[in-house]
Amino acid sequence: MAESKIFGAIAAFKSDTEILEAARKVRLAGYSKFDCHTPFPVHHLDQAMGMKRSKLPYLILCCTITGFTLGLLLQWWTGAVDYKLVIGGKPLFALEFATPILFECTVLLTAFGAVFGMLGAFNGLPELYHPIFNAEISKRITDDRFLVSIEAKDPQFDATKTTEFLQSLKGAEEVQLVEA
Amino acid sequence: MQAVANEFKIPKENPLAKPLLIEGEQTYNSLTEAVSTVVEGKTPRNWYIAFAVSFCGTAMLGGMLSYLVLTGVGVWGNNQPVGWAWDITNFVFWIGIGHAGTLISAILFLFRQKWRTSINRAAEAMTLFAVACAAIYPGFHVGRIWMAYWLFPLPYNQGMWPNFRSPLEWDVFAVSTYGTVSLLFWYVGLIPDLATLRDRATTKVRQLIYGIFSLGWRGSNRHWQHYEIAYLILAGISTPLVLSVHSIVSFDFAVSKLPGWHTTIFPPYFVAGAVFSGFAMVMTLMLVARWALNLQHLITMYHLEVMNKIMLVTGSIVGYAYTMEFFMAWYSGNMYEKFTFYNRAFGPYAWAYWTMFTCNVVSPQCFWFKKLRTSIPFMFCISIVINIGMWFERFVIIATSLHRDFIPSSWGYYRPTIVDLLTFAGTFGLFMTLFLLFIRFVPVIALAEVKAVLTHQQHKAHGHAKH
Repeated sequence: MAESKIFGAIAAFKSDTEILEAARKVRLAGYSKFDCHTPFPVHHLDQAMGMKRSKLPYLILCCTITGFTLGLLLQWWTGAVDYKLVIGGKPLFALEFATPILFECTVLLTAFGAVFGMLGAFNGLPELYHPIFNAEISKRITDDRFLVSIEAKDPQFDATKTTEFLQSLKGAEEVQLVEA
Repeated sequence: MQAVANEFKIPKENPLAKPLLIEGEQTYNSLTEAVSTVVEGKTPRNWYIAFAVSFCGTAMLGGMLSYLVLTGVGVWGNNQPVGWAWDITNFVFWIGIGHAGTLISAILFLFRQKWRTSINRAAEAMTLFAVACAAIYPGFHVGRIWMAYWLFPLPYNQGMWPNFRSPLEWDVFAVSTYGTVSLLFWYVGLIPDLATLRDRATTKVRQLIYGIFSLGWRGSNRHWQHYEIAYLILAGISTPLVLSVHSIVSFDFAVSKLPGWHTTIFPPYFVAGAVFSGFAMVMTLMLVARWALNLQHLITMYHLEVMNKIMLVTGSIVGYAYTMEFFMAWYSGNMYEKFTFYNRAFGPYAWAYWTMFTCNVVSPQCFWFKKLRTSIPFMFCISIVINIGMWFERFVIIATSLHRDFIPSSWGYYRPTIVDLLTFAGTFGLFMTLFLLFIRFVPVIALAEVKAVLTHQQHKAHGHAKH
């Protein structure tokens, strides 16, 4: 197996406490290009892995502001500029009657920002192929296994040393190299 | 701590401790098995029977709607002065049913009510299907359904735009936003569970379909981080959204000047009623589902009891609103207002009014008693009674306010036609068809969330054992 064709090394764990400890040790060992795979979001794993706070809310806020502005422009421009039509003696535009639709437009764009921002912009999904699935054990990520993966791209990565290191972690099973 | 415990003889079992949300000796894998086998196993015969019946209902709905389109809105019983009758009643009824789904998924999430995880998936699915049923009515009531795109601000050849000053247009935006956001919320929650089904798939077709819909989810913690933020924000915006939707639905009535409709109590009263009816529908469906799919250890008596308590609260709020409407009619001194309410309780539709009152206000009061609120046959009956009552509430509000106009010469009475009846029955067929497809192909329980609850439960148990 040529070095260049390796995606990285993985180790499987059976509980959330073990993965927390493993993630902390991997980080302290100086690895940066590593990830944890869990069946559900594990509390404090972000801190254990040394991850920074998500910037997703800033993107969502931009969408929220866009939604509000579009809702406002839509109702003002169509009613008071493009086609003026007095109905029931009401003003052509007023915030009072614009509020409900303004609110709905804001919520709609916020939701789009949250969902598509999270999936596409931040998580890079859909991604229908990923090398982690080349290992048989990876099929159990969505069931009952917690995996640590250290990528070959990591400057500290060394096929033998990294594998040995993973083997030394408490509770580690199925330590193996994964093809890219 | 030990000394204090001995001194005060703290009983070993804390009487205030909450019951377990997941019963029995469970592991992550046993939960995966319990939820996945529902989808993976052989289709039970009863499913086919239920599906056949529901599908006939859907076909009947299609037939009735085609008949309506080919003939005209006159096939419904709507008349002068009751121009809004069953179509709007059923619209509000269905949209109200949906609200419990969003309440469970969003509001209870923000309040960290962990018991929601066993029922939120099914309740959210119910929301989507209820919104689909609801949307049929205003769509077809416009008469010329092929012009329905006029409802949306699209630049077409007339150069005109919708009237944004009208509450009916607000409704278009509210309901379509609600449907879209509910769908996104539901789908985001589904992604990790669809990935579970993908990884367990034994056939190529299953692997391909679940693979596409799970978008290549690999449980990466760098993904979970953004996922959790997105989920929290969706819950945060769905909470005011769900309140706004039924408020805006109530504006269809409250913004008009008609006695019986023109009241400021409508928005909160409608929202409480919606949650009330929605929980009753969730209860009906869950009782059948937990029995049919063997999910008693995940949807426990505790879940059912908590839901019954919510019904007791919202039912009482609705009862308060009914009474307060009468008080305000009297206190306002407005003769038209007074007449409308007197007529509502003692006029030609008194039978409908008292049916509503008994079903919605009196029946949930039984849930004060623990024996009744933990009896499955009893709560099943009450959940159906509440749904009947809440349908009558919308009918009473709409029909009784309209049928006696200001001048006695224009008084009338509304009776549904057979087309009205069959169309309404047909929407139940559509609802059940969609729900049956859902339980057959999609994980009915939010697996990833339940696993997190299990972890929490285990850590708590270990924590106690140390002391």
